[in-house]
Amino acid sequence: MVVFDRPHALADIPLHYCPGCTHGIIHRLVAEALDELGIEGKTIGVAPVGCSVFAYNYFNCDMVEAAHGRAPAVATGLKRADSDKIVFTYQGDGDLASIGTCETVHAAARNENITIIFVNNGIYGMTGGQMAPTSLPGQVTQTSPYGRDTQTVGYPVKVVEMLSQLDGASYLERVAVNNVKNIKNAKKAIKKAFQNQIEGKGFSLVEVLSACPTYWALEPTKALERLEETVIPYYPLGVYKDKFAKEEE
Amino acid sequence: MAKVTFNEERCKGCGLCVGACPKHIVALLTDKINTKGYHPAGVTDQSACIGCAFCATMCPDCVIKVEK
Repeated sequence: MVVFDRPHALADIPLHYCPGCTHGIIHRLVAEALDELGIEGKTIGVAPVGCSVFAYNYFNCDMVEAAHGRAPAVATGLKRADSDKIVFTYQGDGDLASIGTCETVHAAARNENITIIFVNNGIYGMTGGQMAPTSLPGQVTQTSPYGRDTQTVGYPVKVVEMLSQLDGASYLERVAVNNVKNIKNAKKAIKKAFQNQIEGKGFSLVEVLSACPTYWALEPTKALERLEETVIPYYPLGVYKDKFAKEEE
Repeated sequence: MAKVTFNEERCKGCGLCVGACPKHIVALLTDKINTKGYHPAGVTDQSACIGCAFCATMCPDCVIKVEK
């Protein structure tokens, strides 16, 4: 009996990510959710710009590549044009929390019935490790060599906390992929975000705290330790909003 | 009996699976090198495997298949 194998929705090709990059884990969790809900055939994914720009190669469902940050707008169009389809976006922090903040906030305010997987690793990976809006205070990056100085560049954007203030958003949760337990919780959250869309419950966003060993300049295992010890305390995990939680109880 | 197989050519040698194994039987095989140039991960004692799939859960590259 097979206990664990590559999910069908994840294409059988090598991922281009660096060794130890947790994008691979998150790709797999999304693919497992598509498999388990049996929706691979009617799902349309929207790929971002950033490290995960090639996400359109890796999922076996239909994929669209959006302009930088515009994935929620593209997903809105797709979902409204064909509401039977399941539409998700897969975005990094440079895409969603920086250039695409406007699209994200307004998609949430309109309560678009889409699913967003937001991968937050606190740095711009594809362009070479520059400071992102989500970089922690004091974090050393290529463009903050003395650490992020909050006096001049301000504080990190906490996306799920910000969106939880909107009446529109339906389901917001922050998870991490630093150990097996958190990965299993992340899987549940991602699956729920898709289930919400199937049931027409509206805007669901799962923020996944991720590691970037290459530009954090740490070994993959040490990067996961930093995620646990430094990043999770700043970005607490948990459900920030679930409009339908009371109904289910 | 639990069986775990590694697709060594896909492995990037990140070592996340090594720390996840509760039986400490997953290791980077330093005597081997794959075409990407990494030391792939593998199991040192197949008979001790309990099929928990923790290694496969941590693997970012879907290298590991677990059977029971």
